[in-house]
Amino acid sequence: VALLAVVATLKLATMAAAGGKPAVLLLRPVDAPFAAALRDRFRVLDLYAPGQALPALAFVAAAAAVPEPPRATVIWGGVRVDASFLDAAPSLRCVVSTAAGLDHIDLAECARRGVAVANSGEVYSTDVADYAVGLLLDVLRRVSASERYVRRGSWAAQGDYPLGSKLGGKRVGIIGLGNIGSRIAKRLEAFGCIIHYNSRKPKDSVSYKYFPNVHELAAESDVLVVACALNKATRHIVNKDVLEALGKDGVVVNIGRGANIDEAELVIALREGKIAGAGLDVFEHEPKVPAELFSMENVVLSRHVAVLTEESRSDLRAHTIGNLEAFFSGQPLLTPVHADSLAQ
Amino acid sequence: MASAGGNPLVLPAVLHLRRSDADFTAALSERFRVLDFFSSGEPLPAFLAAAAAAPEPPRAAVVVGGGSVRVDASFLDAVPSLRCVLTTGAGIDHIDLAECARRGVAVANSGEVFSTDVADYAVGLLLDVLRRVSAAERYVRRGSWPVQGDYPLGSKFVHFFVLSSFSNWHHLGGKRVGIIGLGNIGSRIARRLEAFGCIIHYNSRKPKDSISYKYFGNVHDLAAESDVLIVACALNKATRHIVDKDVLEALGKGGVVINIGRGANIDEAELVVALREGKIAGAGLDVFEHEPKVPAELFSMENVVLSRHVAVFTEESRSDLRAHTVGNLEAFFSGQPLLTPVDADSLVQ
Repeated sequence: VALLAVVATLKLATMAAAGGKPAVLLLRPVDAPFAAALRDRFRVLDLYAPGQALPALAFVAAAAAVPEPPRATVIWGGVRVDASFLDAAPSLRCVVSTAAGLDHIDLAECARRGVAVANSGEVYSTDVADYAVGLLLDVLRRVSASERYVRRGSWAAQGDYPLGSKLGGKRVGIIGLGNIGSRIAKRLEAFGCIIHYNSRKPKDSVSYKYFPNVHELAAESDVLVVACALNKATRHIVNKDVLEALGKDGVVVNIGRGANIDEAELVIALREGKIAGAGLDVFEHEPKVPAELFSMENVVLSRHVAVLTEESRSDLRAHTIGNLEAFFSGQPLLTPVHADSLAQ
Repeated sequence: MASAGGNPLVLPAVLHLRRSDADFTAALSERFRVLDFFSSGEPLPAFLAAAAAAPEPPRAAVVVGGGSVRVDASFLDAVPSLRCVLTTGAGIDHIDLAECARRGVAVANSGEVFSTDVADYAVGLLLDVLRRVSAAERYVRRGSWPVQGDYPLGSKFVHFFVLSSFSNWHHLGGKRVGIIGLGNIGSRIARRLEAFGCIIHYNSRKPKDSISYKYFGNVHDLAAESDVLIVACALNKATRHIVDKDVLEALGKGGVVINIGRGANIDEAELVVALREGKIAGAGLDVFEHEPKVPAELFSMENVVLSRHVAVFTEESRSDLRAHTVGNLEAFFSGQPLLTPVDADSLVQ
């Protein structure tokens, strides 16, 4: 392993020697346009370069050992930025995350070390909001269930069809009224929904009804949408108690993080008919999905794709480059994150 | 005059030619003498003849589209006592409006009972096609997620779909949506999609002065300047195959078609060819030309969302329909104007 590390360091030094561009530590796979855009401007130390075999932390350490080591890194949700990560690369002064959430970053630790953090800003917000509405429509109107029925050839044998549920008039309780939650609200208003919300503090700029805690929100809502960040305060914010308050006609949509919901309790609530259905893009132990959900017709299961569109991919590229260029030219980051920010 | 709970023999007779749920039938039976076709077990001509021959034959009929009952000249000949036909579906293509007008038979439809639910469903289909919701569902349900695509390896994730093309998943905002038919349903679809940042274009028989969406005089031109085509018009002579090969070509290879009208609004065979050859990007279909037959080729396509003519079906619209139908019948029998009359020249757009 020591020999491998030496070879890697030499390789990286060679990569780094190419011209006077600043070095950037790239710790996520990127497509060709993104790679080209980065290489045009920076010396890219690429964890995913073909033939690069070191595991992540070892690669980071090797990168830290090159002449003019990287002061900035581009990461995604799979990279935990904690004390040991920052210890491995003391040259880092800026972390640019392309993920939608920040739960993989120890913001306090970064702040302690004066490491600036930039997030993905509003790059994904619209697509995630659209997807949340798509999931809700699918659950209430049984779109995917109808799909399954048709695709397996069952339509010809007509029988009783389960009726869907109207979207208009439903009270939708949004947990977290940030960039994503507010867009969800605007969309659902066009369908005639009544918007309720919970967030850390009420927002003066909106007229939606505020609830100081999620239990009370659930008690007065027909739908709960999880649109908040994952942190200590919001882990299992939707728990057994909240599900009971939501009640047997209630629907849960999760486009936040799996751990925002007590998944085991959610499965029980669905099994026992304590709530009416759920639309889930995220799970506590992705990619594992509780097997019991596969046999349920009132659940829509998705695979953490709410951010993924062709358009957001190119927006992300521009946004990430923008943050890196701001950092290297001494300008303020486009989308800085502060230690006390919960990205809501 | 009808009175609830009165002697059944003096309640007005109503022909009932649809498969209704118990609540619907009960609501009618409380107020009218219901002559039910599907429980009679008789073939239609015999059923109609028997109804017509009875003392106090029925003056009103409740029908629905999509089945075997067409309200045409021979139907009306069979029951000359009919003065009013109520249809409970969203469409009226099973009723010969001109023939009814000629005979002075009033026709009422379901008004706006279903409009909101159909509009919601159209948006649901579009989101599903653009964002591949049902495709993700299939992937997860067949257990593909832990095996294909994502491999968490300690601190190293390799998402296959990051490295492959995202060209299958599309942002909704900024898309030009061409709505064919800007009536009760089309206008609701427009309002909803505006909230997502779509640009609304439309075609209908005449431009609507009260709105600011861009009007196109024909569907070909509409398709040429749209990224999405939504069929929200009635089915009649003018609109049969209104989306044809020519229109699909004009829509182009990034284009998506959504149909919550009637299967025959689209040339289905050409649609399948266009999808097979990648001439358009995808489709969301709640209706088909020969329901319940769905072209088998569509089953293997990931860029198509197939639904089984359920856009109207919610608990809420079912109870709204019940109240609405009773309302129209009571209006008729008390000599009041129908709540939602249909005129012979109306294309319900």
